[in-house]
Amino acid sequence: MKASILSADEMRRALTRIAHEILERNKGAENLALIGIHTRGIPIAARLAAKLQQLEGVDVPLGRLDITLYRDDLSEIAKQPIIRETEVPFDLDRRRVVLVDDVLYTGRTVRAALDALIDLGRPEGIQLAVLVDRGHRELPIRADYVGKNLPTAKSEVVKVKLQETDGTDGVELWDLEEVQAAQQ
Amino acid sequence: MNALSSKPKHLLDFQDWSAERLNALLDNADTMMQVLDRPVKKVPALQGLTVCTVFFENSTRTRVSFELAARRMSADVVSFAAGASSVTKGESIRDTIEVLTAYKVDAFVVRHQAAGAAHLVARYSGKPVINAGDGRRAHPTQALLDAYTIRREFGTLEGKTVAIIGDVRHSRVARSNAELLPKLGAKVILCGPATLLPRELAAEGVTLTTDPREAVRNADAVMALRLQQERMDAGYVGSLQDYARVYQVGEDLLAFAPNEAVVLHPGPMNRDVEISSEVADGPRSRILAQVENGQAVRMSTLYHLLVGRA
Repeated sequence: MKASILSADEMRRALTRIAHEILERNKGAENLALIGIHTRGIPIAARLAAKLQQLEGVDVPLGRLDITLYRDDLSEIAKQPIIRETEVPFDLDRRRVVLVDDVLYTGRTVRAALDALIDLGRPEGIQLAVLVDRGHRELPIRADYVGKNLPTAKSEVVKVKLQETDGTDGVELWDLEEVQAAQQ
Repeated sequence: MNALSSKPKHLLDFQDWSAERLNALLDNADTMMQVLDRPVKKVPALQGLTVCTVFFENSTRTRVSFELAARRMSADVVSFAAGASSVTKGESIRDTIEVLTAYKVDAFVVRHQAAGAAHLVARYSGKPVINAGDGRRAHPTQALLDAYTIRREFGTLEGKTVAIIGDVRHSRVARSNAELLPKLGAKVILCGPATLLPRELAAEGVTLTTDPREAVRNADAVMALRLQQERMDAGYVGSLQDYARVYQVGEDLLAFAPNEAVVLHPGPMNRDVEISSEVADGPRSRILAQVENGQAVRMSTLYHLLVGRA
């Protein structure tokens, strides 16, 4: 690991701040919905929903989105054709949806998520919340809520770890070569 | 990354397909079912790719199912019907396929009256080929949709028993099911008159019997196979009435099956020959569910074979 970017406490504070910003921008939680993008966007969305409940006393509906069928980089998923569940158990029409992901990088995942969401219904608006924005956008997409802006090199990897998926909370910066070597 | 074993290029039969991969394909069919339930029944997964359905033998439902499946995945579809083509002027399969390949087709769905034709297409095209039925040999997507239908019904195939009753000898559906279901942990009982029950199909996970009551006794699913009139003319069965009296999947026979057993039929049906209308339209019937599931399974198959091969 090159550097620890966010500790568990810092991550918690960042998500609390995002929850406040969501409420401020939307003037409350009415007609709001949170949709997490597989994999780590889902627990982050759930944490934001819990914070909104704490702050406003409102249960914001939660959904989960798998964007595999909407990706434009088919060759990269050639060996892993497993599609996970998309579950949006509420009507999207006239809702303001906050799409949630862990890292914003090229913007291609978000583009695919926007296509997927629009096929599911017609939300009044879609906003984007990410824990880390690491730059290097390839599409004109920006986040409305960012936990941590982190200028990175393409030769680096941002690892977001969550209790729900990894057993611990934190954000780390790694060298791509180091990560690839560990995978072999 | 996942730990799936190497990816087969074609779906000709199940020889190169591990249980793990087959289960992954069936898992993805769940997602395709979700897509089919949405107002927009289409995803862009195969955008820019072209699927060619090549049917040397007539089939409306399988062809339509594949074409819709490809379109739901945003692939372009071109249909080639041998009856209205240069095949009638004597063109060989090889030349036909090479011409279609030169048109930059990305995958073939092939049906042919001769066993092994899909293998031939795979050899000449170099593109992914899905066997949509070759002679009496195989009809893998039909078996997959049967497996998927049973899995949806019971949550698993592991430990389930499927009784397949009728003209097993001439049935590619029976052969493909006998190959697939044991791979996924189910037991297959093939049943029919001795003349229509080739002994060489007995294998691990597959038993043969001429007694339909015995076949359905512990069955979770009972599949009736179509009996074609020409079987009677060829002396395989005495008369349709005789055949129906013993082998028809009707209420009388189902009385010997467990209460929760469901009924399948690959279609098209000869009502009141191999299956009674009462059963075909009754509460145990999953025949229309098979049709719906078939589209999802074919979407999943196309996705599985084509993703990353653009």
